[in-house]
Amino acid sequence: MTAAPAFRMPDPLLQVRGLTHRYGPHIGCRDVSFDLYPGEVLGIVGESGSGKTTLLKCVSGQMEPTEGSVEYETRDAGLIDLFRMSEARRRLLMRTDWGIVYQNPRDGLRMRVSAGANVGERLMAIGDRHYGHIRSEAVDWLERVEMDIGRIDDMPHTFSGGMQQRLQIARNLVTKPRLVFMDEPTSGLDVSVQARLLDLVRGLVRTLGIACVIVTHDLGVVRLLSHRLMVMKGGNVVESGLTDQVLDDPQHPYTQLLVSSILPV
Amino acid sequence: MTQFDDTVMLHAQGLSKHFVLHNQGGVKIDVFEKVEFTARQGECVILAGPSGSGKSTLLRSLYANYKPQAGSIYVRHGEAWVDLCAARPFQIMEVRRDTLGYVSQFLRVIPRVATLDLVSEPLIGQGLTEEAARKRAETILARLRIPEALWSLPPSTFSGGEQQRVNIAMTFVQDYPILLLDEPTASLDKDNRETVIALINEAKGRGAAIIGIFHDAEVRAAVGTRSYDVTEARQAA
Repeated sequence: MTAAPAFRMPDPLLQVRGLTHRYGPHIGCRDVSFDLYPGEVLGIVGESGSGKTTLLKCVSGQMEPTEGSVEYETRDAGLIDLFRMSEARRRLLMRTDWGIVYQNPRDGLRMRVSAGANVGERLMAIGDRHYGHIRSEAVDWLERVEMDIGRIDDMPHTFSGGMQQRLQIARNLVTKPRLVFMDEPTSGLDVSVQARLLDLVRGLVRTLGIACVIVTHDLGVVRLLSHRLMVMKGGNVVESGLTDQVLDDPQHPYTQLLVSSILPV
Repeated sequence: MTQFDDTVMLHAQGLSKHFVLHNQGGVKIDVFEKVEFTARQGECVILAGPSGSGKSTLLRSLYANYKPQAGSIYVRHGEAWVDLCAARPFQIMEVRRDTLGYVSQFLRVIPRVATLDLVSEPLIGQGLTEEAARKRAETILARLRIPEALWSLPPSTFSGGEQQRVNIAMTFVQDYPILLLDEPTASLDKDNRETVIALINEAKGRGAAIIGIFHDAEVRAAVGTRSYDVTEARQAA
């Protein structure tokens, strides 16, 4: 058995070590470490104020943590600490290799430009200048997120919440990112709209092999989408592991409470 | 570490499991302690013991769905050995995808996905073309007598027996080297029970190691190579 080859592990895409963020005397999140592998979907759950959004903002480069490191496997130069690279490089990374889907589509969309332009803009940001190509990519992505192509020239504020959220997803995925961060992507939507969006996200993540970090308070969402789960309470990660293991055999008192609090339908 | 011979597919040692119910006064429920057993190529090990003795808990632990407090579960994964109790989630996902199949007592699937897609998806994940995967899925569904009219529907509205057969199809569509079966024949009629017995014996024939719970004495006699009494481990606890 000692002669058996070791299990082959790919290189992590994201490596987070000892991440702590304080808001003055208050703790946002404390001493969080994890690796995220290509194609892996990590769910972060916890009640409001548990630190999950703070953690997401720090690992997605939107906010510099007080302590700790967030390293990303860049295509050309290997693991680089997000907060040690130049601002320009970090912004390029966020525009190209990453996507961020916000809870409120208004935070992730440009409300005063058309749906097509919202998608095309990301392509232009990575240097695409061919109008015909940009237009056809935009059409393709709007179709993939099941939007009505007839509305490609309409402004996002004329769309329903579910459509805005789908547009936000198309805008993020058009550059074929390797990593997408999602903050409560379905919580502002009606249940039936939520279900369709979840099916869509699940299909896209699976077929494109995108790694994903999803923050939510909805255990149903993580059961459906995530491979792995981190449970947060009071800024600390109290439990983590394989999603079905954490949900079916929770070890920590808080996770047990969380799982037992789901109302049966 | 122990040296395993070429026929060993799964080896559990020192495996202990209890539950602590923190929100019910911290009640501790001991299930088993220091379980040790081996499953080899081409055999079907039957987990024996009365209801409530921890058979399902052991089986779920072997799938890493439950987390044992101590011990190791060595699984032959391709050319390598993986200890499911120490492996990272990413590794466990890979072991489940390629090596370890599990038929649970109750079907729990992604809602709103058509039966045929549920059965063919894991094959596509393994690199088969959509068409080849679909063909294999159709074959196993037909063999388990799921009417073709139901293939395009999600199984949530199916009868108990139909759901159980979809559950079996989702696992047996693939030739897993190790199979964990939790009462796969519980709600099946005679013909379908015969089909499942045949599927299990075919899997044994191609060298799979099978660990299962079967209430039906007839099924036990038809598929079992030997049994492992879970209460032995309980008495030791």
